[in-house]
Amino acid sequence: MSTDDGIHVLIPTPLRGFTGGEARVDVHGGTVGEALDALAVKFPGLGERLHDEDGQLRRFVNVFVNGQNVRDIAGTATVLSPGDEIGIIPAMAGGDAS
Amino acid sequence: MSDAATQIEGIASFSLPEAMRAAIIEQARREAPRECCGIIAGRDGMPTRVYPTTNIAAGNSLYEIDPAELIELEFREMPAHGTELVAIYHSHPVSPAHPSATDIALAFWPDALYLICSLQKSDFPQLRGFRIRDGAVTEVPLVP
Repeated sequence: MSTDDGIHVLIPTPLRGFTGGEARVDVHGGTVGEALDALAVKFPGLGERLHDEDGQLRRFVNVFVNGQNVRDIAGTATVLSPGDEIGIIPAMAGGDAS
Repeated sequence: MSDAATQIEGIASFSLPEAMRAAIIEQARREAPRECCGIIAGRDGMPTRVYPTTNIAAGNSLYEIDPAELIELEFREMPAHGTELVAIYHSHPVSPAHPSATDIALAFWPDALYLICSLQKSDFPQLRGFRIRDGAVTEVPLVP
């Protein structure tokens, strides 16, 4: 169950194997980066899917806060308020340029 | 856990209604020379609705579905309709209906079927389905 003071994180289907099938989990954090770090601690293995070797958000993972892409705001430094909702969505991308 | 993976896993073919096939080909022709893209939602692995989406990639040989549209589809639209992702489609305006190296490298939804619509032979558009998992490509025949 969600709590009022947490950050609600929506987990996309390809990553639900890490959350025991849960589509929505709650974590704490004052920024998007802190919330994602908390998520990675809570669900081992998930962190590598979100961050590259340098700890940066992967190019083909998008994170939205209350409907806004964090790349259009302050990235992982985007400040969160209790009750905010984060949505994580891996890219659907490709094409015939090799 | 109920997702498209367990349903698509092991199936020998994918049932794609003719109207959906026609809609995807029509979208591919309309958006050429750019690649078109979209998803198919369904239940129990059976497609119920095609959602055309916006390609935000630059140029004519890449696609990336607008992530804002994906957020809406994955977390609101499909759950509200009791459906789930069953397929992701895009077009190859000038190349064959087979996953490119880019398609394979960027297949982050291993449980979905990847559909590719080729317009290489303009009078004979071709639509084929593939599962792309851990770099391995397996064709899944499409049947009406």
